Amino acid sequence: MTDVAKKADTVTLTVDGVEVTAEKGELVIRVAERMGIAIPRFCDHPLLAPAGACRQCLVEVEGQRKPVASCTQTVAEGMVVKTQLSSPVAAKAQAGIMEMLLINHPLDCPTCDKGGECPLQNQAMSTGRADSRFVEHKREYEKPIHISSQVLLDRERCVLCQRCTRFSEEIAGDKFIDLMDRSSGEQINVYRDDFFGGEGTGDGQAGEDEGDVPFNSYFSGNTIQICPVGALTGEQYRFRARPFDLVSSPSACEHCAAGCSQRADHRRGKVLRRLAGDDPAVNEEWNCDKGRWGFRYTTATDRITTPLLRDPASGRLREASWSEALLAAAEGLRDARERGVGVLPGGRLTVEDAYAYAKFARVVLGTNDIDFRARPIRSSGSSPATTEEADFLAASVAGITDVTYEAVENAPSVLIVGLEPEEECPILFLRLRKGHLKRKLTVTAVSPYLSRGLEKLGAALVAAVPGDEARLLNTDPAVAGALSAPGSVLIVGERLATVPGGLSAAAALARRTGARLAWVPRRAGDRGALDAGCLPNLLPGGRPVTDVAARAELSLAWRVEAGVLPSTAGRDVDRIVAAAADGTLGALLVGGVDPADLADPRLAEEALAAVPFVVSLELRQSAVTRHADVVLPIAPAVEKAGTYMDWEGRLRSFAAVLPGTAMTDGRVLEAIAALLDVTLNTGDVSAIRRELGSLPAATARPALPAAEVVEPARPAEREAVLATWHQLLDLGTLLDGDEVLAGTARPPVARIGKDLAESLGVVDGDLVTVSTDRGGVTLPAAITDLPPAVVWLPTNSPGSTVRRSLGVTAGAVVRLQAGVPGPILAEGVAR
Amino acid sequence: MATLTGSFKGFGVTFAHMFRKVITTDYPFSPPKPAPRYHGRHILNRHPDGLEKCIGCELCAWACPADAIYVEGGDNTDEQRFSPGERYAKIYQINYARCIFCGLCIEACPTRSLTMSNEYELARDSRQDLIFTKKELLAPLLPGMEMPPHPMRLGETDKDYYIGALTNPGTSAGAERAPWSDADTHDASDPAEHVDRAETAGTVRKEGSPR
Ligand code: SF4
Ligand code: SF4
Ligand code: SF4
Ligand code: SF4
Ligand code: FES
Repeated sequence: MTDVAKKADTVTLTVDGVEVTAEKGELVIRVAERMGIAIPRFCDHPLLAPAGACRQCLVEVEGQRKPVASCTQTVAEGMVVKTQLSSPVAAKAQAGIMEMLLINHPLDCPTCDKGGECPLQNQAMSTGRADSRFVEHKREYEKPIHISSQVLLDRERCVLCQRCTRFSEEIAGDKFIDLMDRSSGEQINVYRDDFFGGEGTGDGQAGEDEGDVPFNSYFSGNTIQICPVGALTGEQYRFRARPFDLVSSPSACEHCAAGCSQRADHRRGKVLRRLAGDDPAVNEEWNCDKGRWGFRYTTATDRITTPLLRDPASGRLREASWSEALLAAAEGLRDARERGVGVLPGGRLTVEDAYAYAKFARVVLGTNDIDFRARPIRSSGSSPATTEEADFLAASVAGITDVTYEAVENAPSVLIVGLEPEEECPILFLRLRKGHLKRKLTVTAVSPYLSRGLEKLGAALVAAVPGDEARLLNTDPAVAGALSAPGSVLIVGERLATVPGGLSAAAALARRTGARLAWVPRRAGDRGALDAGCLPNLLPGGRPVTDVAARAELSLAWRVEAGVLPSTAGRDVDRIVAAAADGTLGALLVGGVDPADLADPRLAEEALAAVPFVVSLELRQSAVTRHADVVLPIAPAVEKAGTYMDWEGRLRSFAAVLPGTAMTDGRVLEAIAALLDVTLNTGDVSAIRRELGSLPAATARPALPAAEVVEPARPAEREAVLATWHQLLDLGTLLDGDEVLAGTARPPVARIGKDLAESLGVVDGDLVTVSTDRGGVTLPAAITDLPPAVVWLPTNSPGSTVRRSLGVTAGAVVRLQAGVPGPILAEGVAR
Repeated sequence: MATLTGSFKGFGVTFAHMFRKVITTDYPFSPPKPAPRYHGRHILNRHPDGLEKCIGCELCAWACPADAIYVEGGDNTDEQRFSPGERYAKIYQINYARCIFCGLCIEACPTRSLTMSNEYELARDSRQDLIFTKKELLAPLLPGMEMPPHPMRLGETDKDYYIGALTNPGTSAGAERAPWSDADTHDASDPAEHVDRAETAGTVRKEGSPR
């Protein structure tokens, strides 16, 4: 919305004989809307710039010779507007436009997905003529063309309102779809660069930077949602249902930390589609394709529906009753308590469930060995004793909610470190872009290269070799300059944890410049788990475990005796895994964690195999259930109520969409605790919410960490420093089973600079192999403007599972080789 | 006196009835013939080449005041084609425990796929059996028809089907009439009359169905 302060002056006008006051610059159609007068429209959309493309909203304005489009007409003092309600001229104009729109519109309603919720159907009824005078042949186009594996375009149905093109240009910044041709042949279509002789390579391959053959956008689903007719439809929902037999439930997205509100449409116990919810403070009216279409994992065939127990005789998992499985879990954990139990809840939990794990670890297991972070938390070479990230989270993130989407949009300048907004937090990306386009927000990014996402933000790049970010934050004048304006925001991604001294430098930089600091994790449950106390050094509410007063207050609130709560910081995820692998720990309690996400997947698997007892709370068969002694099935997000906390620290509560019998993690943990004579009281979300609300808030904050900056690695000949991050659509387990969605993922490439390309003798598209002692990854090369001796790989995309295949993370030195690997490496690559 | 004339008057009614046409029917041996437009159980009709007319649009389900119809649409592909055009009904069910035979559904049907036959023998001994699926509802194949899935035989596009329907309606015309509509009585001793009556009555032809 517009700044109220600047637009204090108002005008008075008359609409349908009623006098009304409006802000200067307001559109007539909005004023009418406020008065409850519905003017028919197609192209008008409150979040897009006015276009006046469809002419359906014509009204009569006194003194104007012809009817005017109310969606582009701003109000003026003394204006007299007559809508179709009071003016036969306007009514006739609207009916005429409708008749013309319908001239070439096919009689598709029975097969059209939009039928039943179609503004064209509705408005043809409300403002159109009762009969048609058109007898000639209608214009025909090829029935739907796939503009991506997800989106279909039926040009016959299009009313040329240009909402889709304006969305892709103004909001997403992917100019993939546009108006083409002229006159009656005018149509929406996609750029196929090969065809139009554009920048494409001519091989028909969809390259990320090649002008986007076909519809290569993470936000394409929004165009389907805003298309006022059925011209754009989604493959996944096509022909599946009608609006009248769907039940719509509000919900929240379980994928990333952006916190989109959503609408889930379901029938007969099955979600058929999801739409972006309307939340102006968070996602406005948009969402990303992952949130929109990535919901099929819950109906995967490998979903676990009954508890499983490992049969001691056969060594196989067998189905068991709940009471048997809970008892086995309780007994196993009790016996292991002496040696120690590590708790890995993962980053996909609701706040309530995370809290249950935090409380279970402290009260039942008497340990602080709990860590929600299922990812590398320090650089490959760092000592496991460094607790930089945990200290940073305690000092600067937990319980702090002072940076919001609005703050980001309105900031004069934003510095981004360790985050690729489009890939890792798409809605934050949209907000940054909105700020950039509408409010002159300047974006500076410390990153190895200017990705397409950063380009769309108009970002200035401070090129960084992975591992060198900390030094740049401390010393680079451009970095400090980017935050010099008051109100600037420093956004750090979770990946900065893998740079020694990076988070310390970021916190110090924020303090030095007065910039506000925001930490953006990748998963929806990360921030909630942090605030709920799923860290070795933090209790719920962000209070340090070493704080005597905090422990005393919590003991009181939890009704446990003093001394039950452990008083020293526990092991973090790396140390839990190491301790499990070397036989120190007696058991592991694992939530939805995929060992392949951890810093060293091989060690994680070894740990799971080595530890005597593993309890796994899981939705589907996974690498953890393969090693588990007790597997307890839990409810997916659609089947439970809960709350996610987005990166802002904003609560995103939702109710269960589908009825289900599966239990939440909190309820399962409560049941185990009950068998060990502890009342956990985490079985019911409202009880947990009450309890969480009554916990004392953090007061004092621990000191900022001051970790040493380490010189980045120096690669030798034919070596490079690895840069890597996750693509939005990748091999993540929540995207399983959706080939159509995977079809819009960006093709995995290995990015290398010109220097490396020359020394390896490869050109764009040639295969290069990136390897370590553990194995290798072979991908087509994409020559990119990278700092010397840096190679970038997608972290977990088809053919590029960096952690599993290479066993390292960003900042490590890897070997490079042109072509496919030699025989020594072949085995490692094949895996 | 008055009593006597009174009783004669009363018997008069009885006598008069003795000479009227009998309205009791010899059901089930010779079931009565309903009016030609009697609203009986539904049929899902076929195009002349055997493809289904139903496009899975759910408009019938939408129109139904009793919520008796359940439809789920699906995509036709070139390999698996059930109806001309892009869409067909993957699931189609009418629940005769709910249907009130109002006929609003057949008015809503844009393809004249759904029509009603004259069949009224719809008693079943379980609720489950009262839910008729495509198996029961689809019209049997007439000579020249081929069991879907198969490619479009009447032309390149679905338009050929709809334009052609003006002269070659497939099973839409005439299927309203139950098999006994053409014969006044029903021969209960003929075993053929009993075969699958419940499921195919209304559409069984003299020529016999290939099913
Ligand atoms: S876009 Fe609307 S009016 Fe056009 S065919 Fe689809 S439902 Fe009918
Ligand atoms: S495809 Fe839809 S949104 Fe795009 S111009 Fe056509 S009608 Fe408008
Ligand atoms: S006849 Fe009436 S009640 Fe029966 S299915 Fe059709 S619309 Fe529904
Ligand atoms: S029977 Fe007719 S109205 Fe019902 S789904 Fe099929 S085509 Fe649509
Ligand atoms: S809504 Fe005004 S011209 Fe389209």
